[in-house]
Amino acid sequence: MAKIAQSRHTAVAKKLIGVADTVVTAAERRQDPMLSIPIRSLSNVTFNPRKGMIEMGRKKQARSFFNVGMAKKFMQTVLVADALEELQRANLTTSLREIYYRTKHTIKDSNENTFDTQNESDPLIEDLEVALEALREELHVRAENAGSIVGPVVFGDDGDRVDCTRLGKGGYSVPSIVEPEYLEIRTCTADFLLLVEKGTQWNRLSEDKFWRRYNCVLLTGNGQPPRGVRRLARRLHEEKKLPVYVLVDNDPWGYYIYSVVKQGSINLAFESNRMAIPKAKFIGLSSSDPDRYGLPRNVGIKLNEKDIDRAKELLDYDWFKKEAWQKEIKRMLASGLKYELDALANKDFQFLTKKYLPRKLKEKDWLD
Amino acid sequence: MPPRPEPVPAVTAAEMGARQREISVSEFFTKNRHLLGFDSPRKSLLTCVKEAVDNSLDASEEAGILPEVTVKLEPVSTNGSVAPSQATRFRVTVVDYGPGIVREQIPPIFAKLLYGSKFHRLRMSRGQQGIGISAAGMYAQLTTGKPVQIISRTGPKKPAHYFEVQIDTKKNEPRILEKKQVDWESHRGTQVTMEIEGRYQKGRASVDEYLELTSIANPHVHLVYQTPEGETKDYPRTYNQLPVPPREIKPHPYGIEFGMFLKMLHDTKSHWLSGFLAGDFSRVSSALAEEICKQAKIPPHTRPRDLHGERAEALYKTLQATKIMAPPSNCLSPIGEQAILTGLYKQIKGDFYTAVTRPTAVYRGNPFAIEAGLAFGKGPEAAAKKPEEAAPLAEGEEREEESELARVIRYANRVPLLYQQSACSTFKAVLDTNWRTYGIAQSKGALPAGPMVIFVHMASVWVPFTSESKEAIADYDEIRKEIRLALQECGRRLGGFLRRRERAKSEFRRRNIFELYIEEVAEACGRLKGGTLNVGKLKDQLQKIAMKRTGGEETDQALGKSGGPEGLPHSIIVTPEGVEGAVPLLPDGGAPAPAGDGAMGRLSEMTPPDKPAAKTPPAARHLKGSGRRAGAKPAGRKTRTRPKRKGK
Repeated sequence: MAKIAQSRHTAVAKKLIGVADTVVTAAERRQDPMLSIPIRSLSNVTFNPRKGMIEMGRKKQARSFFNVGMAKKFMQTVLVADALEELQRANLTTSLREIYYRTKHTIKDSNENTFDTQNESDPLIEDLEVALEALREELHVRAENAGSIVGPVVFGDDGDRVDCTRLGKGGYSVPSIVEPEYLEIRTCTADFLLLVEKGTQWNRLSEDKFWRRYNCVLLTGNGQPPRGVRRLARRLHEEKKLPVYVLVDNDPWGYYIYSVVKQGSINLAFESNRMAIPKAKFIGLSSSDPDRYGLPRNVGIKLNEKDIDRAKELLDYDWFKKEAWQKEIKRMLASGLKYELDALANKDFQFLTKKYLPRKLKEKDWLD
Repeated sequence: MPPRPEPVPAVTAAEMGARQREISVSEFFTKNRHLLGFDSPRKSLLTCVKEAVDNSLDASEEAGILPEVTVKLEPVSTNGSVAPSQATRFRVTVVDYGPGIVREQIPPIFAKLLYGSKFHRLRMSRGQQGIGISAAGMYAQLTTGKPVQIISRTGPKKPAHYFEVQIDTKKNEPRILEKKQVDWESHRGTQVTMEIEGRYQKGRASVDEYLELTSIANPHVHLVYQTPEGETKDYPRTYNQLPVPPREIKPHPYGIEFGMFLKMLHDTKSHWLSGFLAGDFSRVSSALAEEICKQAKIPPHTRPRDLHGERAEALYKTLQATKIMAPPSNCLSPIGEQAILTGLYKQIKGDFYTAVTRPTAVYRGNPFAIEAGLAFGKGPEAAAKKPEEAAPLAEGEEREEESELARVIRYANRVPLLYQQSACSTFKAVLDTNWRTYGIAQSKGALPAGPMVIFVHMASVWVPFTSESKEAIADYDEIRKEIRLALQECGRRLGGFLRRRERAKSEFRRRNIFELYIEEVAEACGRLKGGTLNVGKLKDQLQKIAMKRTGGEETDQALGKSGGPEGLPHSIIVTPEGVEGAVPLLPDGGAPAPAGDGAMGRLSEMTPPDKPAAKTPPAARHLKGSGRRAGAKPAGRKTRTRPKRKGK
């Protein structure tokens, strides 16, 4: 567990203690204790076209104690606040799962557990993040390290110099908290950053030393990129002025990953300011690529019902209203097929490194 | 080449003719005993008990005597004692304290098939055809060779007669092996003993189940059962009113087929056609009879016997086309809601009971009435029992909940039906009913799930069975519809009960939830505040808010008892605190005293006056017989000594 600077503790700890104050004050006044928590759903986000990102609205949800439907959640929220405050006091960071275990116990005189699964505690931590306007890092909660980076960039991590050109094919494992206090970007000489959806393609590019040839940073989040990866991309983009390109599968989920990187996610809309990269470009796979690169139809996969529904949802999102995007998505729906990045191997194992990306970059064939 | 078989000499018509001969009913049923319910040894044992008990009950009721029947099963072994479950031979003894049988009628009743008083009358009774008891005797004769032994006495001043009889199967006539006067401790009644091949096994469709079910539908009967294991089970009388004696009715024109009509034309005592129509059918008045004759263009003064062929058919068709009132319903004697409730309450543990008697309806010209009942739940004992101290669950673990299906108990004219459940109209109606509407789980095409017993009874002058062994009611649309309506009414009441209980439960849960969580929330707040908070005070404050929010004392009331079963007629609700509703008074004082004023009012109005007979301990009654006391009840009827213990 990393030691952290002492400076902001009191502020966050105060906010957490405020939860207890809410309960005490309400009880004094013989009122139902109530926490108001901003709503984290599509209904409470708006797309700000000027900033090019998703922002959270003002809608809040009252979580009160004396309501059968909410009582347990209220109790759980207080327990989580207690655990988070304990972290502040002890000056430790921990994982979501450890918070789950820390707060789990059997309620006195009953068979009922405070929490039955981690799925119950995770959203409460996000609730508190939003309600208290505290970042997850400030709450001392980290996620799993779930990303890798390789390329001409040098970090300072806990006083160690990490040169990402000298870490073999494996690269540097992106930590969950990448704020400047924790991770310093010392130098970066790359020309652009390529964010790859899947580890497989990242490995291919890393193994082929694509980054050396095209002087770029290769980053992957193994699927939907976690906060650390998104935040790091944003910092490299902002601090080192690296253009960001996103390479994902050609399916609705791939499109959405790109949009999360670019405009932010619905669930973490309050973090868009720190995470979104409105200038990120979508480099592929595009629904026009199979034609252009001669991918045979038989390496496509038929869209299932869920895919189709999701694609239709995307068509309705404000941030997909650009004509090029409507065309892109409708083209996929019309073909009825989706393509994985892996399908490029059908032409050649190194097709991605040697043909596909060079041509894309040369033709500046990307979507904004 | 193999040698060709010798050609079989052809048979001449004369030779064939010589082989033709009459078959007696007895011979027929000897070969086809499965038609009468004697297929397996286990079922045969049940059928013998059933026939004897049904006869005893019919006879006692018709004579206006509250029935009292003792059933005794003894394993018989040729070499030493044998365990009841291993025995293959049993001695079945059934004793009643009913009207008895006059001497000369004893042999034909027990040793002549199709001899009885019930077949020719349209009157609701357990037996219908006059096959039952003699068939049982025939089965005894067939499997063990032993005769049927009968002792009967018609009154305290009359002698008791002892008979040993067998059937001459060729002639379908009784053969008397022994007859004498004996001393008998009973003042009145009949005792039958048969030795038969059988198997005794408890459980579904056993003698035990049959007697238990009989006791449910006949709470006015006192049953004593001595099991093959030597145990004595007592099913006390919990309802002291004899069923209203059903009236005998004339057939309704709509229920008569043409062949039957011709036979009636031939047999009638009327001299004129119009007289025949008005006199031999129900709901045909003299005026209507004249009208029918006119319509059929047959003079009303024709002699019925002279009517043949086309003219008879024309009259029959006119009769069927004429609008005639539905048959009278006073020929039926339904069990009654209160009696069903009493029977269910006595025999089945539960939390909720209800019963419905439908008005009389008609199928094929036969009046019938459907009654349904429900017993739901596991009883207050199960509810009061503390649930096992379950360990807190780990992630991914779940508590298992048992799911049993409802049990359907079926009756026709108060007789339990134990076989062929799925062929029975009642069972189909139970499946037809949408129990989910009433808050009971039910998978598609299956019985409803839950701790529930569903009672269905059909009372009719003629119950349409699917076979001679009387195991399932035929599936007439009219019958199925009536059953469904009765079940739906029961279901509605059950739904009302369940909703009420659920309301109280959810209030309780609400309170509980808050109490549980207040502890957690207050402790966490205490930790957050770093020990500067008075946790006890916070808990108290939160408790007070919780009280206010969950309705305070109102909830306490909902959790306890809030009056009688509101809007649930003919129902009983049992809670660990007591019983509400139309609770019967059990003679042994076994019923908990009802609580609540509302329930009291209902109670006094529905519980029959306690008869002295009920207070007599069963053992004492046993010796003296209960005839006189109970016989006093239907004052207007004379006790008939004519035999009427016959039949299926």
